[in-house]
Amino acid sequence: MTPRTPLGLVRARPEPSFTVTFDGRRIAVLPGQTIAAALWTAGVVSWRTTRDKGEPRGVFCGIGVCFDCLLTVNGRTNQRACLLPAQPGDVIRTQEGTGHHG
Amino acid sequence: MAERSRLAVIGAGPAGLAAALTAAARGVPVVLVDTAAEAGGQFYRQPAAALGARRPRALHHQWRTWQRLRDGLAAHLATGRVRHLTDHHVWCVEGESGGFTVHALLGPDQEEPVEVRADAVLLATGGYEKVLPFPGWTLPGVVTAGGAQAMLKSGLVLPGRTAVVAGTGPLLMPVAVGLAAAGAKVAALVEAADPGDFRRHVRILAAHPGKLAEGARYAAGLARYRIGVHVRHTVVEAHGGERLEAVTVAALDSDGRVRNGSERRISCDSLAVGHGMLPHTDLAETLGCRLDGVNVAVDDEQRTGVPGVWAAGETTGIGGAALSLAEGRIAGLSVAVRLGSRAPEPRSHARAAKARDGLREFFAAVDAVCAPPARWAERVGEDTPVCRCEEVPASAIREAVDELGAGDVRTVKLLTRAGMGWCQGRMCGPAVAGLAGCPPAPSRRPFARPVPLGVLAREPAGPDASP
Amino acid sequence: MSNALSCDVVVVGAGMVGAACALYAVRAGLRVVVVDRGAVAGGTTGAGEGNLLVSDKEPGPELELALLSGRLWADLAAEPGLGRSVEYEPKGGLVVASAPEGLAALEVLAAAQRSVGVDAVPVAADRLHDHEPHLAGGLAGGVLYPQDAQVMPTLAAARLVRLARAAGASLRTGRTVTAVLRTASGAVRGVRTPHGDIHAPAVVNAAGTWGGELAARAGVSLPVLPRRGFVLVTEPLPPRVRHKVYGADYVADVASDSAALQTSPVVEGTAAGPVLIGASRERVGFDRSFSLPVTRRLAAGATRLFPFLAEVRAVRAYLGFRPYLPDHLPAVGPDARVPGLFHACGHEGAGIGLATGTGHLIAQALAGRTPDLDLTPFRPDRFPDPTAEEGP
Repeated sequence: MTPRTPLGLVRARPEPSFTVTFDGRRIAVLPGQTIAAALWTAGVVSWRTTRDKGEPRGVFCGIGVCFDCLLTVNGRTNQRACLLPAQPGDVIRTQEGTGHHG
Repeated sequence: MAERSRLAVIGAGPAGLAAALTAAARGVPVVLVDTAAEAGGQFYRQPAAALGARRPRALHHQWRTWQRLRDGLAAHLATGRVRHLTDHHVWCVEGESGGFTVHALLGPDQEEPVEVRADAVLLATGGYEKVLPFPGWTLPGVVTAGGAQAMLKSGLVLPGRTAVVAGTGPLLMPVAVGLAAAGAKVAALVEAADPGDFRRHVRILAAHPGKLAEGARYAAGLARYRIGVHVRHTVVEAHGGERLEAVTVAALDSDGRVRNGSERRISCDSLAVGHGMLPHTDLAETLGCRLDGVNVAVDDEQRTGVPGVWAAGETTGIGGAALSLAEGRIAGLSVAVRLGSRAPEPRSHARAAKARDGLREFFAAVDAVCAPPARWAERVGEDTPVCRCEEVPASAIREAVDELGAGDVRTVKLLTRAGMGWCQGRMCGPAVAGLAGCPPAPSRRPFARPVPLGVLAREPAGPDASP
Repeated sequence: MSNALSCDVVVVGAGMVGAACALYAVRAGLRVVVVDRGAVAGGTTGAGEGNLLVSDKEPGPELELALLSGRLWADLAAEPGLGRSVEYEPKGGLVVASAPEGLAALEVLAAAQRSVGVDAVPVAADRLHDHEPHLAGGLAGGVLYPQDAQVMPTLAAARLVRLARAAGASLRTGRTVTAVLRTASGAVRGVRTPHGDIHAPAVVNAAGTWGGELAARAGVSLPVLPRRGFVLVTEPLPPRVRHKVYGADYVADVASDSAALQTSPVVEGTAAGPVLIGASRERVGFDRSFSLPVTRRLAAGATRLFPFLAEVRAVRAYLGFRPYLPDHLPAVGPDARVPGLFHACGHEGAGIGLATGTGHLIAQALAGRTPDLDLTPFRPDRFPDPTAEEGP
């Protein structure tokens, strides 16, 4: 029996995937997914460390309210990964501290 | 070109859509302003078109209702009676003499300002999850129950391979069944409440056979996917290093204390947890609307106390999609009369009001039964972060109260920084109040979302600035 | 249940000034009870930025008080653990002028300030970026004030209250003073609250913006008015703004009698990361509603001083009410109209900085010693009695 998957459940036939880079590593993304969804698909669940204790964080609320899922996309800091649709060629970086440099 | 829309509806979830369609059908021009690329809000959150979902209804409930809303919207968009502004992140609604200006940032970057003028505003801004802290709750892999559902509905992704769904409230069942249907192994549903307590509300339950049937369908789903259900249980700790690896679940006695020896460890890589929901009320508070507890206060027509401002849906009190639809309809009818000078429709109003009042009563019963476990605060360890954004531990909250004389949430915030981070206390507010032993306070956030200073610094473009 | 308490002095107000009065009084050997209708730092203290400034004051009694207060703050900050616990930062202030006329006026002020002991170091236009690398270009010049410092106001009030309690003072929050009790001869004998009376021969009015209300409960007039101010708070940032930086117009705004909106840009970083942006002043009573136009002006001023701020996000805005007296000087010292009544309020935007000097002087007055500063300019009874003006 074919295993259930989210794509299988809704009988999805997505448009062709594209790639983005995540700290230099290439990740395949389905068009329409947010950056958070793309990272989850790649098995990545944390992409930021906190300012004070350096603890890992990723998605928490999933709807843009908690601001835990912040990362840097194409040089713009503190973007909520759960809200931002991934675009081909996006350069995504993990963040530390405030996310800003100097 | 500039055009003054009569009603701005903020939020395109069930309440906003019901209100927009009801008002538009009666001649009121509507501009529907929403953050997402598609209508539906959280309840009817859809995967993006490019994902090519041919059977999205597999993720949803009451699909026919959604079809009606979606098709109704399409019809009004075609005639121009409704304008739908997508990717608009509203950060403030400003009332001036004779109207309102809705200030938004254009997504997804949220750096470009946009303004929409209207004669009246309907706030249908929805709600978000309440999660009370417990040791390990900040581990990656721990997400809110609604968050797991949102990621699944919009991105067609799962939080991990093996999930535990925990907390309290009616959201847990659909989340557990939904994750399982999409292929996750759901190792357990851990519900803190005692369903036996529903016996105190038998009359109300009996008045909602549809809700009971819904519950039975979920129960069947839980059985079908062999999801073990543990009522009167709670997650006492989440374990892991860089990410979640397991949770410890324990039984609660009738006083809400953990039963010694009942602790069991369940391996999992994701935990979807929620303890109810809270309304988004920032826009309403800044406009001067009165709150009733945490909810925006409205009259029988869904009017707030501020002339020209209506509110409907979760923002006036959490109660699910059907209640939001009823309230949206009532608000739309009211706007058509008050703003559009149409004749009142007392029978339509009465039908919707009856549904509304019945559903409010139902959800009051649900709230009473699914209250957060009584002694949750005792189980928050000294090191457990309470404010996730600013990493404020429970020990700091307790110190502010015991040593520094804090007696209200605002003072605790000022002394510990709890609530001063990016999310401005949305996630930690109830926990801080609970740990400090004081009533929750309205938060007064003039910016409903962060606004670039460069955007603020620009004076608005003038009275005819509409997209 | 009524509990009658007895002590040497009741301090009404657990904000910054009340906390300082309590600490210095208890260290002078007095038994102190602090009373507040709300929480510690529940009033304007919780809405301030925590400025300890000499830079924004012209020579005169307030500047004298500021110099004294600055020294006392430094002493307190040197006590073990205290400086860090209140986020004391002796960061200095930088006042900048955008045009030559403003710079000339600033230099005149700086020279006058230097003559009374303020460290005021001129900074040429091409040297501004040595001090503030992210400052806008094209400014005419500035003056650096190394003596300016900053604390986190709520922490400071709470920590000073705690120190006072550790030394024997008592704190009663959530108690409204409904009357100042007086003997038949008119001298103070205590205060009344719904939880009972507190007996003392001395009462200190440290009720800040509500100082006029409390004075009325003692049967005297003190014309304190609220002057509303907004503060914008940004997302957390790495340290990019090293000093408190503000435009030279700020001093004129503080001294202005206008009820209308005055804004001038004030920017400073905080230990926790967010940048605070001010400053606005308006007399609108106690209107707590949000004003988008005012916050726009604050944002515009700040981004003119620090262009990098344009991309930085504001996450919060809050407001507070500065206590303001007609001649812009606080009321500090004994009230000649009511023996035993002392006032310590009306510091108008400078209360955090001036709290230590105020508390020290009040403690001296309470203990019957000669205060280190002449209190005549701060006399609480220096204003014309409004009831004497009544007539046909």
